[in-house]
Formats: sequence, C-alpha cells, structure tokens
Amino acid sequence: MASSDLELSERFEISGSDFSKAGTISTKIKGILQEIGIESSVIRRAAIASYEAEMNVVMYAKRGTLILNITPEKLHLKLEDNGPGINDIEKAMQEGFSTATDKMREMGFGAGMGLPNIKRNADRFEITSEPGKGTSLNIIFCLNRA
Amino acid sequence: MTLREIKELLKAEVIYGEEHLDIEIEFAGGSDMMSDVLAFGQPGLLLLTGLSNSQSVRTADIIEAKAIIYVRGKRPDDVGINLAKEKELPLLSTQYMMYSACGILYSKGLPGVPRP
Repeated sequence: MASSDLELSERFEISGSDFSKAGTISTKIKGILQEIGIESSVIRRAAIASYEAEMNVVMYAKRGTLILNITPEKLHLKLEDNGPGINDIEKAMQEGFSTATDKMREMGFGAGMGLPNIKRNADRFEITSEPGKGTSLNIIFCLNRA
Repeated sequence: MTLREIKELLKAEVIYGEEHLDIEIEFAGGSDMMSDVLAFGQPGLLLLTGLSNSQSVRTADIIEAKAIIYVRGKRPDDVGINLAKEKELPLLSTQYMMYSACGILYSKGLPGVPRP
C-alpha cells in the first residue's frame, strides 16, 4: 500500500453473475481511498462510479477487471469486461434506457441509471464497446493534491 | 430527529444497531432502486427501502447513509446484516408500507434529501 505521496496501482478481478459478492470490490476501493487520505467528496463520487461499473460487469459479463490507478494528479478507474458489448452507446447513456433482466431488477439495479450515474460523478468518462467482445470504461477524477 | 424517535414513530424493530439509536437524522429518502439511491443520495441520508438483499446495505455504505429502514416488514439477508455490523450501519424494519412510512416521518418534520 502506498502512502499519500506515492503512486498506487491495484488490479481487481470481477466475477460475472456472482451477485453475492457484487459490490465488494468497490467497498474495498473506498477503504483504500480513505486510508490514503483522498478528499472525501472525491471518494464518494469514485465509490458510486466504481459500484455502478462493478454492478454492470456482474450483471452483463462473465468476468471483468477493474484497475485502480492513483497519481498525485488523478484517480483513474479502468474497467474491462468480456460481456456482450453495447450496440448503441448513445442510447445506453440515456437515463432510463435499460436492457436489464428481472433478476437484475430484483437486485435493485437495471433502471437505466448506471452509465449516466458514472458519467455524472466522474470528471472525465470514456466508454468504448464492441458488440460480442466487451466494454471498456475509463473513469477519471482530478485530485487537488500538492 | 433521532433514530430512536424514528423507530418509535414507525413502530420499527431494530435488526442491528441498538447502540446507535441516538444518532441525529436530518433528512430521508425512499426507493427500491439502488441506482436511484446512488443518484439522489447524499451523506447522512436515512434510506427507506423495500429492497432487502445485501445490495441495499452496500449502496447505503457507498453513499454514506446513516441508517436503513426496511418497509413492509422486510428484513435483509445475513450477508446484509453482517455487512451492516461491519460498517456500523443501523438497520430497522417497519410494518408500514413505503408511502405511509415516508408520510409519517415527513409529517413529523423530517424533510427529504436537500437539493444539491
């Protein structure tokens, strides 16, 4: 674990369809950010974005990875999954648009808010997707750290 | 309003957190959709929900909610209860349905989530 003036990089594996563990990585990341003294408003935004992104991987993909990268300037969450991909990203970014199943809705997700929530909380957000191959997200938060 | 007063108003049962009932609650919000909670929630929220799986507790922890009230007599599963203990997040359960539970608290002066 790095101290607050060092760079930090950690990689997490996300298991698709494992609803019992869904969210544990984001809880872990939140703990790491608190431990190294990231500003609380950034922690909150990053935790929400990470949680939504992790849930998307759990719900749609067989597996995925989440890489947390912290430099003095920014906090970067990079997610990659081998899910079905997104046909129309513009549509998927609209609030309320959802392809969720009943099982996903039972978990309290699938309201078509996930990607818009991630974008709203991030300082920079990039999404690329290839149908049949998977989706990748870059979620970036600026850090005002000396 | 303290969580203890809320417990009495809603005739709620404490699932976890008897020792945290004196915390002060300033606002509340209700939803069964966790993405909605992640979108509107603010630190300090009292969350009323009918979603009883562990995602309700995890969502509350992520947004830094102060406590959860489960409506319609629902109770979270053991995974949820254990996570709440770990995070020291009080969990209560009331027999009132969502609309009534929210209405009782609102009528006693507990406001909704402040506008950002």
